Amino acid sequence: AKLHLKKIKKKRENFRSYFLYPSQQQQEEIATKKLRLTKPSKSAALHIDLCKATSPADALQYLLQFARKPVEAESVEGVVRILLEHYYKENDPSVRLKIASLLGLLSKTTGFSPDCIMDDAINILQNEKSHQVLAQLLDTLLAIGTKLPENQAIQMRLVDVACKHLTDTSHGVRNKCLQLLGNLGSLEKTVTKDAEGLATRDVQKIIGDYFSDQDPRVRTAAIKAMLQLHERGLKLHQTIYNQACKLLSDDYEQVRSAAVQLIWVVSQLYPESIVPIPSSNEEIRLVDDAFGKICHMVSDGSWVVRVQAAKLLGSMEQVSSHFLEQTLDKKLMSDLRRKRTAHERAKELYSSGEFSSGRKWGDDAPKEEVDTGAVNLIESGACGAFVHGLEDEMYEVRIAAVEALCMLAQSSPSFAEKCLDFLVDMFNDEIEEVRLQSIHTMRKISNNITLREDQLDTVLAVLEDSSRDIREALHELLCCTNVSTKEGIHLALVELLKNLTKYPTDRDSIWKCLKFLGSRHPTLVLPLVPELLSTHPFFDTAEPDMDDPAYIAVLVLIFNAAKTCPTMPALFSDHTFRHYAYLRDSLSHLVPALRLPGRKLVSSAVSSTIISQEDPSQQFLQQSLERVYSLQHLDPQGAQELLEFTIRDLQRLGELQSELAGVADFSATYLRCQLLLIKALQEKLWNVAAPLYLKQSDLASAAAKQIMEETYKMEFMYSGVENKQVVIIHHMRLQAKALQLIVTARTTRGCGMFLSKMYFITDLPHLQDSFVDKLLDLMPRLMTSKPAEVVKILQTMLRQSAFLHLPLPEQIHKASATIIEPAGESDNPLRFTSGLVVSLDVDATLEHVQDPQNTVKVQVLYPDGQAQMIHPKPADFRNPGPGRHRLITQVYLSHTAWTEPCQVEVRLLLSYNSSARIPKCPWMEGGEVSPQVETSIEGTIPFSKPVKVYIMPKPARR
Amino acid sequence: MPEIRVTPLGAGQDVGRSCILVSIAGKNVMLDCGMHMGFNDDRRFPDFSYITQNGRLTDFLDCVIISHFHLDHCGALPYFSEMVGYDGPIYMTHPTQAICPILLEDYRKIAVDKKGEANFFTSQMIKDCMKKVVAVHLHQTVQVDDELEIKAYYAGHVLGAAMFQIKVGSESVVYTGDYNMTPDRHLGAAWIDKCRPNLLITESTYATTIRDSKRCRERDFLKKVHETVERGGKVLIPVFALGRAQELCILLETFWERMNLKVPIYFSTGLTEKANHYYKLFIPWTNQKIRKTFVQRNMFEFKHIKAFDRAFADNPGPMVVFATPGMLHAGQSLQIFRKWAGNEKNMVIMPGYCVQGTVGHKILSGQRKLEMEGRQVLEVKMQVEYMSFSAHADAKGIMQLVGQAEPESVLLVHGEAKKMEFLKQKIEQELRVSCYMPANGETVTLPTSLSIPVGISLGLLKREMAQGLLPEAKKPRLLHGTLIMKDSNFRLVSSEQALKELGLAEHQLRFTCRVHLHDTRKEQETALRVYSHLKSILKDHCVQHLPDGSVTVESILIQAAAPSEDPGTKVLLVSWTYQDEELGSFLTSLLKKGLPQAPS
Repeated sequence: AKLHLKKIKKKRENFRSYFLYPSQQQQEEIATKKLRLTKPSKSAALHIDLCKATSPADALQYLLQFARKPVEAESVEGVVRILLEHYYKENDPSVRLKIASLLGLLSKTTGFSPDCIMDDAINILQNEKSHQVLAQLLDTLLAIGTKLPENQAIQMRLVDVACKHLTDTSHGVRNKCLQLLGNLGSLEKTVTKDAEGLATRDVQKIIGDYFSDQDPRVRTAAIKAMLQLHERGLKLHQTIYNQACKLLSDDYEQVRSAAVQLIWVVSQLYPESIVPIPSSNEEIRLVDDAFGKICHMVSDGSWVVRVQAAKLLGSMEQVSSHFLEQTLDKKLMSDLRRKRTAHERAKELYSSGEFSSGRKWGDDAPKEEVDTGAVNLIESGACGAFVHGLEDEMYEVRIAAVEALCMLAQSSPSFAEKCLDFLVDMFNDEIEEVRLQSIHTMRKISNNITLREDQLDTVLAVLEDSSRDIREALHELLCCTNVSTKEGIHLALVELLKNLTKYPTDRDSIWKCLKFLGSRHPTLVLPLVPELLSTHPFFDTAEPDMDDPAYIAVLVLIFNAAKTCPTMPALFSDHTFRHYAYLRDSLSHLVPALRLPGRKLVSSAVSSTIISQEDPSQQFLQQSLERVYSLQHLDPQGAQELLEFTIRDLQRLGELQSELAGVADFSATYLRCQLLLIKALQEKLWNVAAPLYLKQSDLASAAAKQIMEETYKMEFMYSGVENKQVVIIHHMRLQAKALQLIVTARTTRGCGMFLSKMYFITDLPHLQDSFVDKLLDLMPRLMTSKPAEVVKILQTMLRQSAFLHLPLPEQIHKASATIIEPAGESDNPLRFTSGLVVSLDVDATLEHVQDPQNTVKVQVLYPDGQAQMIHPKPADFRNPGPGRHRLITQVYLSHTAWTEPCQVEVRLLLSYNSSARIPKCPWMEGGEVSPQVETSIEGTIPFSKPVKVYIMPKPARR
Repeated sequence: MPEIRVTPLGAGQDVGRSCILVSIAGKNVMLDCGMHMGFNDDRRFPDFSYITQNGRLTDFLDCVIISHFHLDHCGALPYFSEMVGYDGPIYMTHPTQAICPILLEDYRKIAVDKKGEANFFTSQMIKDCMKKVVAVHLHQTVQVDDELEIKAYYAGHVLGAAMFQIKVGSESVVYTGDYNMTPDRHLGAAWIDKCRPNLLITESTYATTIRDSKRCRERDFLKKVHETVERGGKVLIPVFALGRAQELCILLETFWERMNLKVPIYFSTGLTEKANHYYKLFIPWTNQKIRKTFVQRNMFEFKHIKAFDRAFADNPGPMVVFATPGMLHAGQSLQIFRKWAGNEKNMVIMPGYCVQGTVGHKILSGQRKLEMEGRQVLEVKMQVEYMSFSAHADAKGIMQLVGQAEPESVLLVHGEAKKMEFLKQKIEQELRVSCYMPANGETVTLPTSLSIPVGISLGLLKREMAQGLLPEAKKPRLLHGTLIMKDSNFRLVSSEQALKELGLAEHQLRFTCRVHLHDTRKEQETALRVYSHLKSILKDHCVQHLPDGSVTVESILIQAAAPSEDPGTKVLLVSWTYQDEELGSFLTSLLKKGLPQAPS
């Protein structure tokens, strides 16, 4: 040991003389400067600590403490020097290991170029004996190498070091070497020989040699390194394919799992190459061969490999259809006789016209004898891979298989048709996640398929599922499903109505589903109409109840079918027409406009084609908005009236036309702001002396406050608002602020006005012919004039400023939320012991909310005015469709004791942060106004109807 | 030559009465101890006299292993241990240990109390027998004695079913018992690692069947039940107390939960209730879903399924009833069947195979008028459905398991001879593994290659590892060392260490050889010529010309001398040590060919 120590000491001295003296001797000035730079307090402290350390355990403690704090880029080098110095002194491998790992961490510091410590690292690597430390040092080198991706020479050098240590006896070291090769191995095959004489190496060959290493961990690392090369853009040789195939039968699962990936990669690189089939003269395409091999891995012993294989199958689209279809084929046999699968039997039953006969004993009796020689029990090919995958014990594998099915079916319509039966079967899986996944999959491929009646039957059976997610997913699926027969439609309707009676909350979803079902299958609905409406050729039947959701559901189906089927209205009875008119008005998003014979309808006059039928409402919107912009020329009274009824029109339009609801609401809100502003300015109070109108001033300031609120709503509650609109909104807010300022200035005699003077100017955008414009013109005057004058100026400016045209954005949607649960109708109070908590399930749907995880909050208002804000967990949000979210969370309530049960209010809030939205205004930077103001305004907007929950905290019993 | 001998006493080309004797490396193990359901005489138990004529069984057998609790695998156990006499250890898994006595007791009751058989084992015997049982955990390696060890693997099939690996030294046998390669609603699939046994003894009940996916059958079953109860009908499902009954219960329970149904489900009390209790306890043996949801709720604590009372059968309205026994031949299920048979709204679902002569078989084969005792004629108007749920591996599953375990050879039991024939042919053809299918009493002898473990010293191993640069996994490699045999163990050490240990002095062994060369020149010149010749040929070796005129190649010494009698010939003396034998003999043969003509 003494000898060893001496050696190390000597080496350290050598090292010092090599690294430190040259700089000191040759460049004295620079060296001193460097000394100052490289020895900041941090490294010095570390140095002192390390010197103080009496035992390795102590040193380790210091290092651990040191590692907790980040190091700035400029002091990294100094720290590294100290660490290296200590490294040479250290005998304990664990401390050296820690130092090595610290070196790696430090070299990752941004802004630090680690090429200066590479020589040291390689140097200490060569003298290191401990395998663990060696592995760690290689890791450090990897960190250095990845930090310097451009430096070819360094990469070559590192690769060289890695190759040298590949023969190490420790798997850890070999692992790291391979990792290094994978990450840094040169990509160009013909790199010219380096000046230092480092021969370029065929990295692929070197890594490939380690595919047969004795240690499974090294084998895995070798495959991973190969995959890494591929990821970095190196084209792998085709020869690797055979090597990888051998690894598929490895004893260790991680090797097999990695090998499956490698095979997949090669199959994507050389799909069309031809490979021979062993033990026969035939040859097949490489991608087919790989597909077969990966399929075989779907029945591997380890589920990790199975998941991996099933996942990869989905992305092998180049595979021939012949092989693809084999994956669903499992040749059944019973007692050596060929047997048909239940799927085949169902199909046959269906095509023979005998539907759903009860199964008889011996119904599945096997038919023809099987040639014993021809049966192949373990096909090398793809046979039945998905059949196995979908039946797997682990749900992870099943989900992966369903996903793969989905991807393959999307690219191949014929395969989609074939896999249908299997997907339908998955609707009955025991794990909900799998069921949901398979329903979604089915929806995605529904363009390619038509459901047979027996399949539809199975699909519809799931409608009774108690999980809302499943039912809704199924409704979505039915929206885009093709049904082949009228019985199918009837069946679907019956099941949906059953669903409706069982789960009334599904009403909207079911109506929507029937709307699409009707509009997709008009000809199939036609023969069903008399039965559905229960009309009779001779007798008048009783008029159904218009409020019955089931009846509405039927009507939605029929009316949507009638849209493209002009003969249908002839079958309607009188009351049906009346109901149509009513529904067209009340549920306009579900009931389309129809051309009805002999009836004068607004739509019949306008619309002749389907496409133009949306235009009138759009036109109406445009017209009414344009009318408003002539406001300027009207007297105040007329302007107010015009605004009032335009707002009313817009609101009504929004209710009727769901597509235009966003736009209509948005513009209505804007107009309301304007209306409020006009009203506030119309107040007589402006002419009265200040002390007199003091009590009335409420109205103006209230108006200002409301305008502010409305502008926040406009800014944050709508999705699709562009910068153009934001500017206008801000302008409106500015006016509101000005109004506020005037009011406060007049009432409180100028106090505080100078404080508030600055802040409203801050978010001024540039606009022409507006309040801002005028304000800017008068800015110099404002700055110098007295408070009373400022108020006067502002007031006249407000009066004179033009009403700005609000350009409508293309797509605008109002964020909205509906609380489904709690329903708020219960008379039974929720009882709990005061002081303790009670949990309340909240279930809500959110529409058009961007980033709900961060913005949506739940508010609970207690009767005593106490309000509580709850942030739901990100995991509580689900995303069932574009623009839609669902919040399912638990809210914890607690309160001190009450004597009577009382109601608390639960509602959803949308929180906003205005700093995120403020547009930059270029003129401000050079302007005279200092930007030192609060820029972010946080707040919340309630966006759901509050729900009342009856609760009763009881005093605790003693 | 060591060998493994296997003799089936039951289950050889037959289903039922599983009992297989295995002799492996001098150890005798009995696998399963079942009874045959088809016989009521002596043939129902295996012929234990085969094992030993007059000695005690305990002396002959090292242990008995029971794979699972079905009576055709454990039914003869009390008879064997208490009446024939065996006191050695009996191994089985924990669930099997718990459920096995219940079934044995039930079986005893039927045989003795109902059929009035004499000379049958008693309740006490069952208890005594169970005292000899040693319970094992999955994947636990149990040392039966110093050499024999066994290990259990999960087999699916029924709760607690296991496959066993029996290992002595380097020889091993795997016995599968009954197993299932596809998971069902309450159990997972069988799994084994790549243990590469010498012999795999597998069941082959469905050797000639490839089954359809289970999902269709499940779906059909649920649909039928659902439709019937929706119509207001009653559903009767005759089951046996254990196994399928639980699977169907879980199936219906989850369906009821999913579909939010309120129709009552009942199961008959007694045995089923007891069995459910055990299923509740042994959650780790069930499938993924049950294991995962166990934290929230034990799936076997049924919410919708309640215990049945006799009076419930007359209740109005729909209901589902699980009743024993499964073939409608007696008991509760038959009583309920009689009550409900007249109504076409009702339904009976037979979830399994029915023996000829039972009511179950009759209705399945389409008989609509049944003669009951007392000349009554029962008209069956209710719907009759057949739904098979079987828990054995099919042909593909068997092949898959064989593929997983990678045995040297396979032995088929627990199946019909004709079907085995097919599978045997397939296994030999596709897996290239030899396959056997002995009949009862027939012995299969399997030679195994004996492997002798040799300890190697770490120093030697490291030295050798350092020499070989490229890793060559699993390839044989030449290694020099000394084999020391001491106290019946073998060690491989380096020769220096061996000398040291044995206290021997090292002897040098040198070979010398004379090569006559025809050369007229002087000795020095000849040596020089030899030197340049060798230098040109042996480029990788260190060839040196020493000042005293001799030439060395590595440690081989070559000297040239001139014999006095003939000046035209020179004699080359070549000398090498034993270690350099290869190079030495190569050199001599090289020199014997003569030197190339000197360029003149």
